[in-house]
Amino acid sequence: MALAHMDVAGSELLRVEKVDVSIDGREILNDVNFRIDHGEFTGLIGANGSGKTTLFRVILGLQTPQRGEVTVHGEPLQRSNRSLGYVPQKVLFDPDMPIRARDLVALGIDGNRYGLTRRTRANHLAVDEMLFAVDAQEFADRKVGGLSGGEQQRVLIAHALVSRPELLLLDEPLANLDPGSVAEIIALLHKVATQQHVAIFLSAHEMNPLLPVMDRVVYVANGRVASGTTDEVVRPDVLSALYGHHVDVLRVHGRVLVVAGQDSDESSSVADHPELVVE
Amino acid sequence: MNWLFEPGLFANQSVRTALLVGAVVAVVSGVVGIFTVLRGQSFAGHALTDVAMAGGAGAFLAGVAPLVGFVGGGVVGAGAMDVIGVQRVKGRDIATGVVLGAATGLAALFLYLSATQSAATGTTQLILFGSIFTVQSSTLPAVVALSAVVLATLAIIGRPLLLSSLNLELASARGVRLRAIGFVFMVILAVSVGLSAIIIGSILSTALLIGPPASALKLVTRFGAGVVLAVVLGVLATLLGIVLAYDSYYWTSSHRALPVSFFVVVVVVVEFTLASLVQRRRRSKAPVPARAAVHGDPIGWH
Ligand SMILES: Nc1ncnc2c1ncn2[C@@H]1O[C@H](COP(=O)(O)OP(=O)(O)O)[C@@H](O)[C@H]1O
Ligand SMILES: [Mg+2]
Repeated sequence: MALAHMDVAGSELLRVEKVDVSIDGREILNDVNFRIDHGEFTGLIGANGSGKTTLFRVILGLQTPQRGEVTVHGEPLQRSNRSLGYVPQKVLFDPDMPIRARDLVALGIDGNRYGLTRRTRANHLAVDEMLFAVDAQEFADRKVGGLSGGEQQRVLIAHALVSRPELLLLDEPLANLDPGSVAEIIALLHKVATQQHVAIFLSAHEMNPLLPVMDRVVYVANGRVASGTTDEVVRPDVLSALYGHHVDVLRVHGRVLVVAGQDSDESSSVADHPELVVE
Repeated sequence: MNWLFEPGLFANQSVRTALLVGAVVAVVSGVVGIFTVLRGQSFAGHALTDVAMAGGAGAFLAGVAPLVGFVGGGVVGAGAMDVIGVQRVKGRDIATGVVLGAATGLAALFLYLSATQSAATGTTQLILFGSIFTVQSSTLPAVVALSAVVLATLAIIGRPLLLSSLNLELASARGVRLRAIGFVFMVILAVSVGLSAIIIGSILSTALLIGPPASALKLVTRFGAGVVLAVVLGVLATLLGIVLAYDSYYWTSSHRALPVSFFVVVVVVVEFTLASLVQRRRRSKAPVPARAAVHGDPIGWH
Protein backbone atom coordinates (compact mmCIF):
# COMPACT_ATOMS: atom_id res chain seq x y z
CA MET A 1 0.00 0.00 0.00
CA ALA A 2 1.41 3.36 -1.00
CA LEU A 3 2.01 5.77 1.81
CA ALA A 4 2.07 9.52 1.47
CA HIS A 5 4.30 9.95 4.51
CA MET A 6 7.33 7.82 3.92
CA ASP A 7 9.01 9.25 7.00
CA VAL A 8 6.61 7.51 9.36
CA ALA A 9 6.18 4.33 7.37
CA GLY A 10 8.17 1.42 8.63
CA SER A 11 8.49 2.78 12.15
CA GLU A 12 6.93 0.83 14.97
CA LEU A 13 3.48 1.80 16.21
CA LEU A 14 2.30 -1.21 18.19
CA ARG A 15 4.18 -4.15 19.60
CA VAL A 16 2.67 -7.25 21.15
CA GLU A 17 5.29 -9.22 23.02
CA LYS A 18 5.12 -12.71 24.54
CA VAL A 19 1.44 -12.34 25.36
CA ASP A 20 -0.36 -15.22 27.09
CA VAL A 21 -4.07 -15.02 27.86
CA SER A 22 -6.15 -17.51 29.81
CA ILE A 23 -9.83 -17.04 30.53
CA ASP A 24 -11.44 -19.15 33.26
CA GLY A 25 -8.33 -21.31 33.34
CA ARG A 26 -8.48 -22.01 29.62
CA GLU A 27 -5.55 -20.90 27.51
CA ILE A 28 -6.74 -18.67 24.68
CA LEU A 29 -3.50 -17.10 23.45
CA ASN A 30 -0.02 -18.47 23.91
CA ASP A 31 3.21 -16.52 23.37
CA VAL A 32 1.83 -14.08 20.85
CA ASN A 33 4.38 -11.76 19.25
CA PHE A 34 4.05 -9.30 16.38
CA ARG A 35 4.34 -5.63 15.55
CA ILE A 36 2.39 -3.16 13.50
CA ASP A 37 4.06 -0.23 11.79
CA HIS A 38 2.69 3.22 11.05
CA GLY A 39 0.25 3.34 8.16
CA GLU A 40 0.19 -0.39 7.50
CA PHE A 41 -2.86 -2.47 6.64
CA THR A 42 -2.67 -5.66 8.68
CA GLY A 43 -5.13 -8.53 8.56
CA LEU A 44 -5.82 -10.64 11.67
CA ILE A 45 -6.92 -13.94 10.20
CA GLY A 46 -8.30 -16.87 12.14
CA ALA A 47 -11.31 -19.13 12.49
CA ASN A 48 -14.18 -18.36 14.83
CA GLY A 49 -13.12 -18.84 18.42
CA SER A 50 -9.40 -18.62 17.60
CA GLY A 51 -8.94 -15.58 19.84
CA LYS A 52 -9.13 -12.56 17.51
CA THR A 53 -11.53 -10.59 19.70
CA THR A 54 -9.53 -11.53 22.78
CA LEU A 55 -6.38 -10.18 21.14
CA PHE A 56 -8.11 -6.89 20.33
CA ARG A 57 -9.33 -6.62 23.90
CA VAL A 58 -5.77 -7.09 25.12
CA ILE A 59 -4.54 -4.35 22.79
CA LEU A 60 -7.30 -2.03 24.03
CA GLY A 61 -6.40 -2.72 27.65
CA LEU A 62 -9.77 -4.34 28.35
CA GLN A 63 -8.29 -7.78 28.98
CA THR A 64 -5.18 -8.18 31.10
CA PRO A 65 -2.79 -10.80 29.77
CA GLN A 66 -1.28 -13.32 32.20
CA ARG A 67 2.10 -12.61 30.73
CA GLY A 68 3.73 -10.32 28.20
CA GLU A 69 3.01 -6.78 27.23
CA VAL A 70 1.61 -4.47 24.62
CA THR A 71 3.34 -1.21 23.83
CA VAL A 72 2.19 1.72 21.74
CA HIS A 73 5.10 3.89 20.57
CA GLY A 74 7.23 1.83 22.90
CA GLU A 75 5.18 2.94 25.90
CA PRO A 76 3.17 0.50 27.99
CA LEU A 77 -0.50 0.44 27.22
CA GLN A 78 -2.98 2.74 28.93
CA ARG A 79 -6.72 2.50 29.16
CA SER A 80 -8.61 4.72 26.72
CA ASN A 81 -5.58 5.27 24.58
CA ARG A 82 -6.25 8.10 22.16
CA SER A 83 -4.02 6.46 19.55
CA LEU A 84 -6.44 3.56 19.14
CA GLY A 85 -9.82 3.52 17.45
CA TYR A 86 -12.07 0.47 17.69
CA VAL A 87 -14.97 -0.95 15.73
CA PRO A 88 -16.28 -3.94 17.73
CA GLN A 89 -17.72 -7.05 16.13
CA LYS A 90 -21.43 -7.59 15.56
CA VAL A 91 -22.64 -4.11 16.39
CA LEU A 92 -26.14 -3.63 15.05
CA PHE A 93 -28.11 -0.76 16.54
CA ASP A 94 -31.72 -1.05 17.52
CA PRO A 95 -33.98 0.69 14.97
CA ASP A 96 -35.62 2.66 17.79
CA MET A 97 -32.34 4.06 19.14
CA PRO A 98 -32.78 7.83 18.88
CA ILE A 99 -29.28 8.38 17.58
CA ARG A 100 -28.56 9.73 14.12
CA ALA A 101 -25.46 8.69 12.22
CA ARG A 102 -24.07 12.15 12.91
CA ASP A 103 -24.68 11.81 16.67
CA LEU A 104 -22.81 8.53 16.81
CA VAL A 105 -19.82 10.09 15.08
CA ALA A 106 -19.92 13.05 17.51
CA LEU A 107 -19.84 10.58 20.43
CA GLY A 108 -16.49 9.46 19.01
CA ILE A 109 -15.17 12.86 20.10
CA ASP A 110 -16.90 13.41 23.42
CA GLY A 111 -18.68 10.16 24.35
CA ASN A 112 -16.29 9.63 27.24
CA ARG A 113 -16.48 13.19 28.60
CA TYR A 114 -18.36 14.11 31.72
CA GLY A 115 -20.59 17.14 31.92
CA LEU A 116 -22.76 18.92 29.42
CA THR A 117 -20.10 20.68 27.39
CA ARG A 118 -21.44 22.32 24.28
CA ARG A 119 -20.19 20.92 21.03
CA THR A 120 -17.91 23.45 19.38
CA ARG A 121 -17.93 24.48 15.75
CA ALA A 122 -14.67 22.63 15.32
CA ASN A 123 -16.34 19.46 16.59
CA HIS A 124 -19.21 19.83 14.14
CA LEU A 125 -16.74 20.37 11.31
CA ALA A 126 -14.75 17.31 12.33
CA VAL A 127 -17.93 15.24 12.31
CA ASP A 128 -18.96 16.51 8.87
CA GLU A 129 -15.51 15.88 7.50
CA MET A 130 -15.52 12.32 8.80
CA LEU A 131 -19.02 11.63 7.47
CA PHE A 132 -17.73 12.83 4.09
CA ALA A 133 -14.63 10.63 4.35
CA VAL A 134 -16.72 7.48 4.80
CA ASP A 135 -19.24 8.65 2.21
CA ALA A 136 -22.09 8.83 4.72
CA GLN A 137 -23.42 12.37 4.23
CA GLU A 138 -26.44 11.00 2.43
CA PHE A 139 -27.75 9.28 5.55
CA ALA A 140 -26.06 11.45 8.19
CA ASP A 141 -29.38 12.61 9.63
CA ARG A 142 -31.10 9.23 9.68
CA LYS A 143 -31.19 6.99 12.74
CA VAL A 144 -28.24 4.57 12.72
CA GLY A 145 -30.53 1.68 13.64
CA GLY A 146 -32.47 2.15 10.40
CA LEU A 147 -29.40 1.88 8.18
CA SER A 148 -28.19 -1.23 6.38
CA GLY A 149 -25.38 -3.30 7.87
CA GLY A 150 -22.83 -1.81 5.48
CA GLU A 151 -24.00 1.74 6.19
CA GLN A 152 -23.84 1.18 9.96
CA GLN A 153 -20.33 -0.16 9.48
CA ARG A 154 -19.29 3.04 7.70
CA VAL A 155 -20.74 5.19 10.49
CA LEU A 156 -18.91 3.08 13.09
CA ILE A 157 -15.67 3.59 11.17
CA ALA A 158 -16.27 7.35 11.23
CA HIS A 159 -17.02 7.15 14.98
CA ALA A 160 -13.71 5.38 15.55
CA LEU A 161 -11.69 7.69 13.30
CA VAL A 162 -13.02 11.08 14.33
CA SER A 163 -10.70 11.25 17.34
CA ARG A 164 -7.79 10.86 14.89
CA PRO A 165 -6.25 7.62 16.15
CA GLU A 166 -3.04 6.27 14.63
CA LEU A 167 -4.32 2.71 14.62
CA LEU A 168 -7.83 1.54 13.82
CA LEU A 169 -8.86 -1.91 15.09
CA LEU A 170 -11.81 -3.46 13.28
CA ASP A 171 -13.25 -6.72 14.56
CA GLU A 172 -14.82 -8.74 11.75
CA PRO A 173 -16.27 -5.71 9.97
CA LEU A 174 -16.93 -7.80 6.87
CA ALA A 175 -18.89 -10.60 8.51
CA ASN A 176 -22.61 -10.53 7.70
CA LEU A 177 -22.15 -8.17 4.75
CA ASP A 178 -23.11 -9.01 1.18
CA PRO A 179 -20.16 -9.25 -1.25
CA GLY A 180 -20.86 -5.80 -2.68
CA SER A 181 -20.69 -4.16 0.74
CA VAL A 182 -17.53 -6.13 1.57
CA ALA A 183 -15.73 -4.69 -1.46
CA GLU A 184 -17.08 -1.23 -0.62
CA ILE A 185 -15.87 -1.28 2.98
CA ILE A 186 -12.44 -2.56 2.01
CA ALA A 187 -12.03 0.12 -0.65
CA LEU A 188 -13.19 2.73 1.83
CA LEU A 189 -10.75 1.59 4.53
CA HIS A 190 -7.92 1.56 2.04
CA LYS A 191 -8.76 5.10 0.95
CA VAL A 192 -9.20 6.52 4.45
CA ALA A 193 -6.06 4.81 5.73
CA THR A 194 -4.02 6.34 2.96
CA GLN A 195 -5.53 9.81 3.28
CA GLN A 196 -5.32 9.98 7.06
CA HIS A 197 -2.14 7.96 7.55
CA VAL A 198 -3.87 5.63 9.94
CA ALA A 199 -2.75 2.03 10.35
CA ILE A 200 -5.45 -0.60 10.06
CA PHE A 201 -5.66 -3.89 11.94
CA LEU A 202 -8.69 -5.80 10.72
CA SER A 203 -9.86 -9.25 11.77
CA ALA A 204 -11.59 -11.65 9.43
CA HIS A 205 -12.13 -15.36 9.11
CA GLU A 206 -11.78 -15.09 5.34
CA MET A 207 -8.66 -13.49 3.91
CA ASN A 208 -9.38 -13.44 0.19
CA PRO A 209 -11.21 -10.11 0.05
CA LEU A 210 -8.26 -8.54 1.88
CA LEU A 211 -5.43 -9.86 -0.32
CA PRO A 212 -5.24 -6.78 -2.57
CA VAL A 213 -4.90 -4.33 0.33
CA MET A 214 -3.12 -6.25 3.11
CA ASP A 215 0.49 -5.25 3.76
CA ARG A 216 0.91 -7.87 6.45
CA VAL A 217 -1.01 -10.68 8.01
CA VAL A 218 -1.22 -11.97 11.57
CA TYR A 219 -2.57 -15.51 11.36
CA VAL A 220 -4.05 -17.05 14.55
CA ALA A 221 -4.61 -20.73 15.13
CA ASN A 222 -4.27 -22.93 18.20
CA GLY A 223 -3.72 -19.83 20.36
CA ARG A 224 -0.51 -18.96 18.53
CA VAL A 225 0.20 -16.55 15.71
CA ALA A 226 2.39 -16.34 12.65
CA SER A 227 2.97 -12.87 11.23
CA GLY A 228 4.59 -11.32 8.19
CA THR A 229 3.65 -10.55 4.61
CA THR A 230 1.08 -12.88 3.08
CA ASP A 231 3.81 -14.56 1.07
CA GLU A 232 5.78 -15.21 4.24
CA VAL A 233 2.86 -16.53 6.28
CA VAL A 234 0.36 -18.16 3.97
CA ARG A 235 2.60 -21.11 3.11
CA PRO A 236 2.09 -24.81 3.78
CA ASP A 237 5.13 -25.11 6.06
CA VAL A 238 4.30 -22.08 8.24
CA LEU A 239 0.61 -22.84 8.54
CA SER A 240 1.15 -26.57 9.09
CA ALA A 241 3.44 -25.71 12.00
CA LEU A 242 0.83 -23.32 13.37
CA TYR A 243 -2.08 -25.73 13.06
CA GLY A 244 -0.02 -28.65 14.25
CA HIS A 245 -0.92 -30.82 11.30
CA HIS A 246 -0.46 -30.71 7.57
CA VAL A 247 -2.36 -28.12 5.56
CA ASP A 248 -2.09 -27.24 1.89
CA VAL A 249 -2.21 -23.73 0.50
CA LEU A 250 -3.74 -23.54 -2.93
CA ARG A 251 -3.73 -20.48 -5.14
CA VAL A 252 -6.53 -20.51 -7.66
CA HIS A 253 -7.57 -17.56 -9.83
CA GLY A 254 -5.90 -15.11 -7.46
CA ARG A 255 -7.62 -16.64 -4.46
CA VAL A 256 -5.90 -18.43 -1.63
CA LEU A 257 -7.41 -21.56 -0.18
CA VAL A 258 -6.07 -23.13 2.97
CA VAL A 259 -7.09 -26.75 2.87
CA ALA A 260 -6.66 -29.56 5.35
CA GLY A 261 -4.25 -32.10 3.91
CA GLN A 262 -5.30 -35.63 2.88
CA ASP A 263 -3.65 -37.12 5.94
CA SER A 264 -5.46 -34.97 8.45
CA ASP A 265 -8.55 -35.83 10.39
CA GLU A 266 -11.34 -34.76 8.06
CA SER A 267 -13.92 -34.41 10.78
CA SER A 268 -12.05 -31.61 12.50
CA SER A 269 -10.98 -29.80 9.36
CA VAL A 270 -13.99 -27.57 8.89
CA ALA A 271 -13.80 -25.80 12.22
CA ASP A 272 -10.06 -25.34 11.98
CA HIS A 273 -9.77 -23.90 8.53
CA PRO A 274 -11.26 -20.55 7.90
CA GLU A 275 -10.31 -20.48 4.27
CA LEU A 276 -11.73 -23.82 3.35
CA VAL A 277 -14.32 -23.23 0.69
CA VAL A 278 -17.11 -25.71 0.53
CA GLU A 279 -18.15 -25.97 -3.07
CA MET B 1 -60.07 24.71 32.88
CA ASN B 2 -62.80 25.97 35.10
CA TRP B 3 -65.44 25.36 32.48
CA LEU B 4 -64.37 21.72 32.36
CA PHE B 5 -63.61 21.01 35.97
CA GLU B 6 -65.24 21.93 39.21
CA PRO B 7 -64.34 25.48 40.20
CA GLY B 8 -62.01 25.78 43.16
CA LEU B 9 -59.69 23.02 41.96
CA PHE B 10 -56.57 25.14 41.97
CA ALA B 11 -57.49 27.03 45.11
CA ASN B 12 -57.17 23.83 47.12
CA GLN B 13 -53.81 23.67 48.91
CA SER B 14 -53.42 19.89 48.71
CA VAL B 15 -54.22 19.94 44.98
CA ARG B 16 -51.62 22.63 44.40
CA THR B 17 -49.00 20.62 46.30
CA ALA B 18 -50.00 17.51 44.40
CA LEU B 19 -49.66 19.22 41.03
CA LEU B 20 -46.28 20.68 41.94
CA VAL B 21 -44.82 17.45 43.34
CA GLY B 22 -46.35 15.52 40.44
CA ALA B 23 -44.78 17.78 37.83
CA VAL B 24 -41.32 17.66 39.42
CA VAL B 25 -41.38 13.89 39.80
CA ALA B 26 -42.67 13.40 36.25
CA VAL B 27 -39.75 15.41 34.87
CA VAL B 28 -37.26 13.20 36.72
CA SER B 29 -39.08 10.03 35.69
CA GLY B 30 -39.07 11.05 32.03
CA VAL B 31 -35.34 11.76 31.90
CA VAL B 32 -34.32 8.70 33.93
CA GLY B 33 -36.84 6.60 32.01
CA ILE B 34 -35.30 7.38 28.60
CA PHE B 35 -31.98 5.96 29.76
CA THR B 36 -33.72 3.03 31.43
CA VAL B 37 -35.47 2.07 28.19
CA LEU B 38 -32.35 2.55 26.06
CA ARG B 39 -30.29 0.45 28.46
CA GLY B 40 -32.90 -2.28 28.50
CA GLN B 41 -33.22 -2.00 32.28
CA SER B 42 -36.98 -1.83 32.56
CA PHE B 43 -37.00 -5.05 34.57
CA ALA B 44 -34.40 -3.67 36.99
CA GLY B 45 -36.55 -0.53 37.26
CA HIS B 46 -39.55 -2.65 38.12
CA ALA B 47 -37.63 -4.63 40.73
CA LEU B 48 -36.55 -1.37 42.32
CA THR B 49 -40.20 -0.33 42.62
CA ASP B 50 -40.79 -3.47 44.65
CA VAL B 51 -37.86 -2.63 46.86
CA ALA B 52 -39.28 0.86 47.22
CA MET B 53 -42.56 -0.77 48.20
CA ALA B 54 -40.84 -2.75 50.96
CA GLY B 55 -39.06 0.43 52.08
CA GLY B 56 -42.28 2.41 52.07
CA ALA B 57 -44.12 -0.23 54.06
CA GLY B 58 -41.22 -0.48 56.51
CA ALA B 59 -41.18 3.30 56.93
CA PHE B 60 -44.88 3.27 57.65
CA LEU B 61 -44.42 0.61 60.29
CA ALA B 62 -41.56 2.55 61.88
CA GLY B 63 -43.45 5.81 61.73
CA VAL B 64 -41.01 7.46 59.31
CA ALA B 65 -42.06 9.57 56.30
CA PRO B 66 -42.95 7.28 53.35
CA LEU B 67 -40.60 9.19 51.04
CA VAL B 68 -37.66 8.16 53.22
CA GLY B 69 -38.71 4.53 52.98
CA PHE B 70 -39.40 4.62 49.25
CA VAL B 71 -36.09 6.25 48.32
CA GLY B 72 -34.00 4.56 51.01
CA GLY B 73 -35.39 1.14 50.14
CA GLY B 74 -34.68 1.67 46.46
CA VAL B 75 -31.08 2.69 47.05
CA VAL B 76 -30.45 -0.34 49.27
CA GLY B 77 -32.02 -2.50 46.55
CA ALA B 78 -29.74 -0.98 43.91
CA GLY B 79 -26.74 -1.83 46.09
CA ALA B 80 -27.97 -5.39 46.59
CA MET B 81 -28.51 -5.88 42.87
CA ASP B 82 -25.01 -4.61 42.16
CA VAL B 83 -23.49 -6.99 44.70
CA ILE B 84 -25.41 -9.96 43.31
CA GLY B 85 -24.24 -9.12 39.84
CA VAL B 86 -26.77 -7.08 37.90
CA GLN B 87 -23.91 -5.63 35.86
CA ARG B 88 -23.06 -8.82 34.07
CA VAL B 89 -25.33 -9.39 31.12
CA LYS B 90 -25.37 -13.06 31.98
CA GLY B 91 -27.26 -13.47 35.23
CA ARG B 92 -28.59 -9.93 35.16
CA ASP B 93 -32.21 -11.01 35.18
CA ILE B 94 -31.45 -13.51 37.91
CA ALA B 95 -29.94 -10.87 40.19
CA THR B 96 -32.91 -8.64 39.49
CA GLY B 97 -35.40 -11.43 40.11
CA VAL B 98 -33.79 -12.45 43.40
CA VAL B 99 -33.94 -8.89 44.74
CA LEU B 100 -37.49 -8.47 43.43
CA GLY B 101 -38.63 -11.64 45.19
CA ALA B 102 -36.95 -10.79 48.47
CA ALA B 103 -38.35 -7.27 48.43
CA THR B 104 -41.88 -8.36 47.67
CA GLY B 105 -41.73 -10.86 50.52
CA LEU B 106 -40.56 -8.17 52.92
CA ALA B 107 -43.26 -5.83 51.69
CA ALA B 108 -45.89 -8.50 52.29
CA LEU B 109 -44.67 -8.88 55.87
CA PHE B 110 -44.54 -5.13 56.56
CA LEU B 111 -47.93 -4.50 55.05
CA TYR B 112 -49.43 -7.36 57.04
CA LEU B 113 -47.92 -6.07 60.25
CA SER B 114 -49.06 -2.51 59.72
CA ALA B 115 -52.53 -3.68 58.74
CA THR B 116 -52.89 -5.78 61.87
CA GLN B 117 -51.05 -3.55 64.35
CA SER B 118 -52.21 -0.08 63.55
CA ALA B 119 -55.63 1.39 63.42
CA ALA B 120 -54.79 3.41 60.31
CA THR B 121 -56.72 2.20 57.33
CA GLY B 122 -55.59 2.30 53.74
CA THR B 123 -51.86 1.75 54.38
CA THR B 124 -51.66 -0.94 51.77
CA GLN B 125 -53.54 1.20 49.29
CA LEU B 126 -51.20 4.13 49.99
CA ILE B 127 -47.98 2.15 49.67
CA LEU B 128 -49.00 0.21 46.60
CA PHE B 129 -50.94 2.82 44.70
CA GLY B 130 -49.81 6.14 46.14
CA SER B 131 -51.66 8.98 47.70
CA ILE B 132 -50.61 12.25 46.19
CA PHE B 133 -53.33 14.28 47.90
CA THR B 134 -51.95 13.36 51.32
CA VAL B 135 -48.44 14.61 50.49
CA GLN B 136 -47.61 17.41 52.90
CA SER B 137 -46.34 20.64 51.40
CA SER B 138 -43.37 20.24 53.77
CA THR B 139 -42.29 17.24 51.68
CA LEU B 140 -41.85 19.49 48.67
CA PRO B 141 -38.31 20.71 49.47
CA ALA B 142 -37.07 17.13 49.87
CA VAL B 143 -38.68 16.11 46.58
CA VAL B 144 -37.17 19.08 44.76
CA ALA B 145 -33.74 18.52 46.31
CA LEU B 146 -33.66 14.82 45.40
CA SER B 147 -34.88 15.62 41.90
CA ALA B 148 -32.19 18.25 41.46
CA VAL B 149 -29.49 15.81 42.57
CA VAL B 150 -30.74 13.17 40.12
CA LEU B 151 -30.90 15.60 37.19
CA ALA B 152 -27.50 17.12 37.98
CA THR B 153 -25.89 13.68 38.21
CA LEU B 154 -27.43 12.71 34.89
CA ALA B 155 -26.15 15.90 33.32
CA ILE B 156 -22.66 14.99 34.48
CA ILE B 157 -22.61 11.34 33.39
CA GLY B 158 -25.02 11.80 30.46
CA ARG B 159 -22.64 11.35 27.53
CA PRO B 160 -20.70 8.33 28.80
CA LEU B 161 -23.99 6.83 29.98
CA LEU B 162 -25.53 7.33 26.55
CA LEU B 163 -22.53 5.81 24.79
CA SER B 164 -22.59 2.80 27.11
CA SER B 165 -26.33 2.45 26.51
CA LEU B 166 -25.66 2.34 22.76
CA ASN B 167 -22.94 -0.25 22.96
CA LEU B 168 -20.83 -1.46 25.87
CA GLU B 169 -17.80 -2.28 23.74
CA LEU B 170 -17.71 1.14 22.09
CA ALA B 171 -17.93 2.79 25.50
CA SER B 172 -15.27 0.70 27.19
CA ALA B 173 -12.90 1.18 24.26
CA ARG B 174 -13.27 4.94 24.85
CA GLY B 175 -12.30 4.46 28.49
CA VAL B 176 -15.78 4.73 29.99
CA ARG B 177 -15.89 3.03 33.42
CA LEU B 178 -18.85 0.80 32.73
CA ARG B 179 -19.18 -0.63 36.20
CA ALA B 180 -19.03 2.65 38.06
CA ILE B 181 -21.36 4.39 35.66
CA GLY B 182 -23.78 1.45 35.71
CA PHE B 183 -23.92 1.55 39.51
CA VAL B 184 -24.46 5.30 39.64
CA PHE B 185 -27.31 4.89 37.19
CA MET B 186 -28.93 2.15 39.30
CA VAL B 187 -28.89 4.47 42.32
CA ILE B 188 -30.40 7.27 40.23
CA LEU B 189 -33.04 4.84 39.02
CA ALA B 190 -33.83 3.84 42.61
CA VAL B 191 -34.25 7.44 43.70
CA SER B 192 -36.44 8.23 40.72
CA VAL B 193 -38.67 5.23 41.33
CA GLY B 194 -38.91 6.11 45.02
CA LEU B 195 -40.01 9.61 44.10
CA SER B 196 -42.73 8.48 41.74
CA ALA B 197 -43.94 5.98 44.34
CA ILE B 198 -45.36 8.89 46.34
CA ILE B 199 -47.55 9.90 43.42
CA ILE B 200 -48.77 6.74 41.82
CA GLY B 201 -47.53 4.22 44.35
CA SER B 202 -44.71 1.76 44.24
CA ILE B 203 -46.49 -0.79 42.04
CA LEU B 204 -47.22 1.68 39.28
CA SER B 205 -43.93 3.62 39.33
CA THR B 206 -42.82 1.52 36.40
CA ALA B 207 -45.69 2.85 34.31
CA LEU B 208 -44.52 6.44 34.74
CA LEU B 209 -40.86 5.44 34.34
CA ILE B 210 -41.24 3.40 31.15
CA GLY B 211 -44.48 4.58 29.52
CA PRO B 212 -43.73 8.18 28.49
CA PRO B 213 -40.13 7.43 27.34
CA ALA B 214 -41.31 4.39 25.36
CA SER B 215 -43.94 6.56 23.63
CA ALA B 216 -41.41 9.33 22.97
CA LEU B 217 -38.88 6.93 21.46
CA LYS B 218 -41.46 5.89 18.87
CA LEU B 219 -41.65 9.43 17.55
CA VAL B 220 -38.18 11.01 17.61
CA THR B 221 -34.89 10.63 15.74
CA ARG B 222 -32.80 12.62 18.19
CA PHE B 223 -31.90 11.82 21.75
CA GLY B 224 -32.47 15.36 23.01
CA ALA B 225 -35.91 15.44 21.42
CA GLY B 226 -36.67 12.10 23.07
CA VAL B 227 -35.83 13.47 26.51
CA VAL B 228 -37.99 16.57 25.98
CA LEU B 229 -40.94 14.60 24.63
CA ALA B 230 -40.74 11.99 27.41
CA VAL B 231 -40.80 14.77 29.99
CA VAL B 232 -43.75 16.48 28.30
CA LEU B 233 -45.73 13.24 28.05
CA GLY B 234 -44.93 12.28 31.64
CA VAL B 235 -45.86 15.67 33.06
CA LEU B 236 -49.05 15.69 31.00
CA ALA B 237 -50.06 12.23 32.25
CA THR B 238 -49.35 13.14 35.86
CA LEU B 239 -51.13 16.48 35.86
CA LEU B 240 -54.10 15.19 33.90
CA GLY B 241 -54.28 12.19 36.20
CA ILE B 242 -54.35 14.37 39.30
CA VAL B 243 -56.95 16.74 37.89
CA LEU B 244 -59.18 13.92 36.66
CA ALA B 245 -58.94 12.09 39.97
CA TYR B 246 -59.89 15.23 41.85
CA ASP B 247 -62.71 15.88 39.44
CA SER B 248 -64.00 12.33 39.61
CA TYR B 249 -65.39 13.15 43.05
CA TYR B 250 -68.18 15.05 41.31
CA TRP B 251 -68.85 12.45 38.61
CA THR B 252 -71.24 10.30 40.58
CA SER B 253 -73.85 11.12 43.14
CA SER B 254 -72.09 8.89 45.67
CA HIS B 255 -69.10 11.31 45.59
CA ARG B 256 -66.27 8.82 45.62
CA ALA B 257 -63.04 10.08 44.05
CA LEU B 258 -61.21 7.49 41.98
CA PRO B 259 -57.44 6.98 42.54
CA VAL B 260 -54.88 9.25 40.85
CA SER B 261 -52.75 6.28 39.85
CA PHE B 262 -55.61 4.89 37.79
CA PHE B 263 -55.95 8.08 35.76
CA VAL B 264 -52.18 8.54 35.34
CA VAL B 265 -51.91 5.05 33.92
CA VAL B 266 -54.90 5.62 31.65
CA VAL B 267 -53.25 8.71 30.16
CA VAL B 268 -49.91 6.89 29.83
CA VAL B 269 -51.59 4.05 27.96
CA VAL B 270 -53.51 6.44 25.69
CA GLU B 271 -50.26 8.27 24.90
CA PHE B 272 -48.53 5.02 24.10
CA THR B 273 -51.35 3.87 21.84
CA LEU B 274 -51.36 7.16 19.95
CA ALA B 275 -47.57 7.09 19.58
CA SER B 276 -47.75 3.55 18.22
CA LEU B 277 -50.42 4.56 15.71
CA VAL B 278 -48.38 7.55 14.53
CA GLN B 279 -45.30 5.38 14.22
CA ARG B 280 -47.18 2.77 12.20
CA ARG B 281 -48.61 5.41 9.89
CA ARG B 282 -45.17 6.87 9.29
CA ARG B 283 -43.68 3.48 8.59
CA SER B 284 -46.35 2.57 6.08
CA LYS B 285 -45.93 5.92 4.32
CA ALA B 286 -42.15 5.79 4.03
CA PRO B 287 -41.09 2.29 3.04
CA VAL B 288 -37.78 1.38 4.60
CA PRO B 289 -35.06 1.06 1.94
CA ALA B 290 -33.99 -2.50 1.32
CA ARG B 291 -31.45 -3.55 3.90
CA ALA B 292 -28.22 -5.12 2.81
CA ALA B 293 -28.10 -8.77 3.71
CA VAL B 294 -27.36 -9.11 7.40
CA HIS B 295 -27.45 -12.86 7.38
CA GLY B 296 -25.62 -15.63 5.56
CA ASP B 297 -22.09 -14.90 4.56
CA PRO B 298 -21.75 -16.58 1.18
CA ILE B 299 -18.10 -17.54 1.53
CA GLY B 300 -17.12 -18.07 5.12
CA TRP B 301 -19.22 -19.70 7.77
CA HIS B 302 -19.76 -19.10 11.41
N1 LIG C 1 -15.41 -13.67 28.47
C1 LIG C 1 -15.12 -14.93 28.11
N2 LIG C 1 -15.40 -15.95 28.95
C2 LIG C 1 -15.12 -17.22 28.61
N3 LIG C 1 -14.55 -17.58 27.45
C3 LIG C 1 -14.25 -16.62 26.58
C4 LIG C 1 -14.52 -15.25 26.85
N4 LIG C 1 -14.11 -14.51 25.80
C5 LIG C 1 -13.63 -15.39 24.92
N5 LIG C 1 -13.70 -16.65 25.38
C6 LIG C 1 -13.23 -17.85 24.68
O1 LIG C 1 -12.01 -17.53 24.08
C7 LIG C 1 -11.91 -18.10 22.81
C8 LIG C 1 -11.56 -17.05 21.80
O2 LIG C 1 -12.67 -16.20 21.66
P1 LIG C 1 -12.64 -14.94 20.74
O3 LIG C 1 -11.48 -14.11 21.09
O4 LIG C 1 -13.98 -14.30 20.85
O5 LIG C 1 -12.44 -15.57 19.28
P2 LIG C 1 -12.75 -14.96 17.86
O6 LIG C 1 -12.94 -13.50 18.03
O7 LIG C 1 -11.56 -15.29 17.04
O8 LIG C 1 -13.98 -15.65 17.34
C9 LIG C 1 -13.21 -18.80 22.52
O9 LIG C 1 -13.04 -20.17 22.72
C10 LIG C 1 -14.15 -18.22 23.55
O10 LIG C 1 -15.07 -19.19 23.93
MG1 LIG D 1 -14.54 -12.42 17.56
